[in-house]
Amino acid sequence: MEMSRNEMLKRITELDFFIIDLHLYLNTHPDDSEAITLYNDCVMQVKELRDQYNMHYGMLLANNSTSKQPWQWIDNPWPWQKNYNFELTEGNS
Amino acid sequence: MWMYDKKLEYPIKIKNPDPKLAKLIITQYGGPDGELAASIRYLSQRFSMITPQAKATLNDIGTEELAHLEMIGTIVRQLTQGISTKEIEESSFAPYYADHDTAVYPVSASGVPFNASYLQSKGDPITDLYEDMAAEQKARSTYEYLIRMTDDPDVLDPLKFLREREIVHFQRFGEALRYVQDYLEEKRVFSIQS
Repeated sequence: MEMSRNEMLKRITELDFFIIDLHLYLNTHPDDSEAITLYNDCVMQVKELRDQYNMHYGMLLANNSTSKQPWQWIDNPWPWQKNYNFELTEGNS
Repeated sequence: MWMYDKKLEYPIKIKNPDPKLAKLIITQYGGPDGELAASIRYLSQRFSMITPQAKATLNDIGTEELAHLEMIGTIVRQLTQGISTKEIEESSFAPYYADHDTAVYPVSASGVPFNASYLQSKGDPITDLYEDMAAEQKARSTYEYLIRMTDDPDVLDPLKFLREREIVHFQRFGEALRYVQDYLEEKRVFSIQS
């Protein structure tokens, strides 16, 4: 099943946040093997999602996403614009 | 180096403009306990930090603060869109508007432009980490004052997220401090090579 742009962005945002938080935790708990496994799993999951997002909806990470013709990086909207962002309650049924 | 990820750390979609609130929240952009000061503080201190754990902590929290700076800029910008000049003129946002229109500029709620004296980079890892823990608490307090001054869920939500991050960062700096203290207390053997 294909996810909408907002659903996919929401899932990537969620995973990335989990990764950021685990990353900080691991900096001061480098021997927590369970947390490292969880971290690695999340990174693999988000890589896959980012590839799908890149294919369907455009570029996310600079220098690490490919562009269709013409150059997609400059596409509106940008993250600070209202219409870039999804509502947190969307698809939360 | 850094690479830009074209998304926010936490989504922001504000339906109702509120210039009065924007004038207050801008303080977390360029004010004394704001995200710009936090980011520059940690990213500068990391050059003289010791122990792998504390270096990584400063590097990564300093990076996350840049994402928070972007979130605050986004909140301020969205709060000032879709209203008339007349409404702005009648609000406490008017003096800010006179200097910056509705552009985002690093300044405190009371109108003082960003200043590097908000932060230190002392070259003493213990001193720096204590400052960092205090800074996280000051930012947490500021977020709590801001949270008290609004009831708009679109604004409350990201503010609560940011407040929680201050608590997590405080915790991580405390752990980094322990590593540094343990390292400095370790007994070392020095040998003279012939």
